[in-house]
Amino acid sequence: MFKADDLAIFPVDLWIQQGVSWLALNLRPIFLAIKWPIENFLWLNDWIFHVIPFPVFVVGFFLLAWWLSTRGIAVFSAISLIVIAMLGVWNEAMTTLSLISTAIVFCAAGGIPIGIWCARSDRVWNIVRPILDIMQTTPSFVYLVPVVMLFGVGTVPGEVAVVTAAAPPLIRFTNLGIRMVEREIVEAGLAFGADRRQLLFEIQLPLAIPTILGGLNQTVLTAMVLSVVVAMIGAEGLGLVVLQGLGRLDVGRAAVGGIAIVLLAMVLDRITQQLATPKKSGRPAERGALLRTVVRVFRGGRPDETVPVVTRAKEAL
Amino acid sequence: MTERLEIKDLYKVFSSTPAPALEMLARGCGKSEVFEKLGVVVGLNNVSLSVPQGAVYMIMGLSGSGKSTFARCINRLNEPTSGQVLLDGRDIVPLGEAELREVRRTRISMVFQHFALLPNKRVIDNVEFGLKLRGVPAAERRRRAEEVLTVVGLGRWGYHFPHELSGGMRQRVGLARALATDADVLIMDEAFSALDPLIRTEMQDELLRLQRTLNKTILFITHDFQEALKLGTRIAIMSEGELVREGTPQSIVLEPGSDYVAAFTREIDRSRLFDARLAMRPAETILQSEQGTLVSEAGGCGFMVDGSGKVLGVLNASDLGRARAGGGIGPLSSDYVSVPPGAKLIEVARSYRDGRPIAVVDDDGRLIGSLGVDDILARIASTAPRAQAAGERHVQG
Repeated sequence: MFKADDLAIFPVDLWIQQGVSWLALNLRPIFLAIKWPIENFLWLNDWIFHVIPFPVFVVGFFLLAWWLSTRGIAVFSAISLIVIAMLGVWNEAMTTLSLISTAIVFCAAGGIPIGIWCARSDRVWNIVRPILDIMQTTPSFVYLVPVVMLFGVGTVPGEVAVVTAAAPPLIRFTNLGIRMVEREIVEAGLAFGADRRQLLFEIQLPLAIPTILGGLNQTVLTAMVLSVVVAMIGAEGLGLVVLQGLGRLDVGRAAVGGIAIVLLAMVLDRITQQLATPKKSGRPAERGALLRTVVRVFRGGRPDETVPVVTRAKEAL
Repeated sequence: MTERLEIKDLYKVFSSTPAPALEMLARGCGKSEVFEKLGVVVGLNNVSLSVPQGAVYMIMGLSGSGKSTFARCINRLNEPTSGQVLLDGRDIVPLGEAELREVRRTRISMVFQHFALLPNKRVIDNVEFGLKLRGVPAAERRRRAEEVLTVVGLGRWGYHFPHELSGGMRQRVGLARALATDADVLIMDEAFSALDPLIRTEMQDELLRLQRTLNKTILFITHDFQEALKLGTRIAIMSEGELVREGTPQSIVLEPGSDYVAAFTREIDRSRLFDARLAMRPAETILQSEQGTLVSEAGGCGFMVDGSGKVLGVLNASDLGRARAGGGIGPLSSDYVSVPPGAKLIEVARSYRDGRPIAVVDDDGRLIGSLGVDDILARIASTAPRAQAAGERHVQG
């Protein structure tokens, strides 16, 4: 009887194996060059996160979250951090956070320019789009295979995987954001004599920012997921806690890791989601809100009194 | 008046290989034929026209007629396929990118249908936009922007955001942005079409008011024939990418020339469009006398003028009959109404008083014609040229 396995005559696995070994052997300087900045930046980030005293970090994070989003989210963030500390996985959480923040920096530095390039050239987009499709449909798991072959095992190769996997949404959203800018507004730019650079910086990028921040949210979440998965190739962090718990059949330990991951993910999601929400009131109101906040910090309460002052000042202008 | 803009044999074909389509158009095929045969959309088919300095030139047409394509070919937001766009005699079609930018920054500005303001910038920054692109120093462009905002009546709104303004105010910002660059050619692409009727009328009046002092050359795209009549010094009507009729508002309503144009003119209130000069009977000498010259009649009465053409008085019907028959000229009465030649018929009708004859008198007080009630009614009711109407009356008489 003819069986499906009879068709397995191509030694594809062998070819890939040999191909990757060839790459690893001959293109080693390239991979080292890719690894170097990531390694150093990750090390710096990790050091910063661990050296900041716990209370200072919580307060700082609270203020940052407040500035970037709302007070409610800031309170939620601070409580989550305290809970993570109470679970006893503070150091691991800081490692994971440094993995994610490093990934955000590299994704933004690489992804946004690539996204802009895609938006300005259909040819580039036609090449990049299928690559992004493949990258985003590939299970995060599968990223680990080439990374191990090319970069080895440990936290830094793990970070390479995180950066690679987290970049596609940002590229996609940047491209989308720029292409979605209203045709008439772009025409207005051209009609008043904008060159390509002015068109990008005066019109397209500013108007694409909400969409790009939406992409940033996706990138942060993907980085979060990957930073856990890369524990399988020896990266440290909260993922390792879960993996160790599983390995020792220590359900409690695994659950602690899991809870910390969920809390961290929610905090990061809420903050970046709030960033991406377009503020209907526009900038003056925002400035007003900031002013109110400062006033509240110094005077303690009764922020409502300042509102009419701000509005009146605005009208006087 | 000199020609500021001259468009010669302009074609626009939306295709990467326009040659076969151009060839078909040259053979006299229409837009639909080219589309059927080649599947290529023709935007403009051999459009030529010239816009004098200081004109408000209306491009009127229904959607799909190519009017917006035409406007965008003037500043090359759409690249013309062939033809010339002469700005003060200089063809801007072959210009390179840098030169074209210069033209757009300093010579031609544009107002958009949906305002196209930057929502993330304040009103004043929006007005400064063109100047900023040109590299004008911040303090100078701020001063200029404040000046222009005052001109359009938004002096107090500079530091608000566009979304805080109503539609009419936003379009004032769009207008201010276009005026700030001091460009002498203004393209207004359906600029008032997105506004509600009352605001639209207000903006039209505002534009006319501004134009009196600014004296820009305005190319105004509209689908509203009423708007074209109200604003335009000349109107070009487009259909299927072709220019079907071009002329002054009065001449187009008088002689539409085709059913397509006639369809627009049918519902037009002619009493507000036609003026006394158009409906009047020109002054013609009936007889000379020692008192003066007796000229044209209206409603059976005759006007007596002196040597310089000034009205001395009016002769009533029975006296006029006697004078014609060779009798003496009776007493003159001052029982008449005089109107300037530019007065619209509706205004003439308002000044009409129980049966008094109407004299059309120019700025120097000279009689140039007279109006009877029948002249006014005939002009309002019919589209037939004046000469023909006069001819019929003669036959009956």
